[in-house]
Amino acid sequence: MNSTLLVNIFRFILLLAIQIIIFNNMNFLGYISPFPYILFIILYPVNGNKSGLVAASFLLGIIMDLFSNSGGTHATACLVLAYFRPSIFKFAFGLSYEYQTIKLNDVLTPQRFSFILLSVVIHHFTLFLLEAFQLSYILDTLITTLLSTVFTIIICIIIIYLIKPNKR
Amino acid sequence: MQQIFNFIFKNSNRILFLLLLGISLSLTIQSHSFHRSKIISSANFLSGGVYEKVNNLNEYLNLKTQNDALALENAKLKSLLFNSEDTTSARKLDSLKGVKVEDLIVSKVIHNSYNVYENYLTLNSGELQGVKTDMGVVNSLGIIGIIENTSPKYATVISILNKRTQINAKIKKSNHFGSLNWNGKSTGFVQLTDLPRLALIKIGDTIVTGGQSVIFPENINIGTIAKIYRDTQTNFYTLDVKLFNDMTNLGHVYIIKSKDRDEITNLEKREKDE
Repeated sequence: MNSTLLVNIFRFILLLAIQIIIFNNMNFLGYISPFPYILFIILYPVNGNKSGLVAASFLLGIIMDLFSNSGGTHATACLVLAYFRPSIFKFAFGLSYEYQTIKLNDVLTPQRFSFILLSVVIHHFTLFLLEAFQLSYILDTLITTLLSTVFTIIICIIIIYLIKPNKR
Repeated sequence: MQQIFNFIFKNSNRILFLLLLGISLSLTIQSHSFHRSKIISSANFLSGGVYEKVNNLNEYLNLKTQNDALALENAKLKSLLFNSEDTTSARKLDSLKGVKVEDLIVSKVIHNSYNVYENYLTLNSGELQGVKTDMGVVNSLGIIGIIENTSPKYATVISILNKRTQINAKIKKSNHFGSLNWNGKSTGFVQLTDLPRLALIKIGDTIVTGGQSVIFPENINIGTIAKIYRDTQTNFYTLDVKLFNDMTNLGHVYIIKSKDRDEITNLEKREKDE
């Protein structure tokens, strides 16, 4: 239990640092930037404390807002993702997901991929919708969501493969 | 009572979520609706400090382009110096026309964003150096933005690449003025709106800051006209202005202290009160 907590704190700080120092400066084609820091929410233990996850996601988002001058958009997007995570699990892995031992940072299966895809889409759509904050920009929002989602997912999968514990 | 507690315990997760969602949404709405009142901004010691460290590292990678820019500016200053009509009575000028050296604060951009609709920059000088809200920020090529938030050591700048900026600007040769906005599309272009149809303009004309602004001195470069749109309903032009500055690559900047600003705003306030 204690080691999971430590791993999560370590992940929280490391992902934030990487996001702020490297990925925030990455503007592919001028406006597409990846947000792999949400891997913290995606990789959070399945049976972990739900309130803990909601609070941690809020903190994660607020720190991102602090660094990118974006008001509260990251915080809101992270909160929404954290709150709907159980439902996404249910959708991707079936009803009895809580009784299975799901490990996300493992070989990519269709279930895992659909879980990551849904999480990233929900987060990015909320984020860009709030960032534009005007319905007349809805088309731009959808395009940026689509492109950034692809970018984020590629980087997320690369990171998952890089930090995958090789015990076999 | 028992039932209320039971309800709270049962739904603690949902209540926590709604509470935090309320906070973050109100922060978002607040940041979109009021000018200059951001609670969460990068002018604080944590993000300012981190950005300064990162920028120190990044500077090495940009040394070449920065050097080139400085060399260019140097050459321009030299040409001014050698060609000035009377060197004995020449006013002390920095690289900006009409602005004295003592009214400028030299600063450095430590964080720059240009990929969202509301872009901000972070500078590494703050209240200790005399930076205040609503001062203009320029560099040798043209305007960059307006100071929004300050902390003792850092300041945030609302960039001209921000949906909420509105700057008074005019055609250099004819004094017709309009207001400068950004439509969020391209980092190289801003839009000049509300320019009267009477103005004789053609593509390539220079746009400079107008005299109505109390933030910027008159005649600071902005860019050149790249495209002209004629509005059929109103008698105004909308122009695409190509910026002289590359907003994606900024190094050293100047902050302009306007001495007349307080006087002008006070005067205008008195006019309104009467």
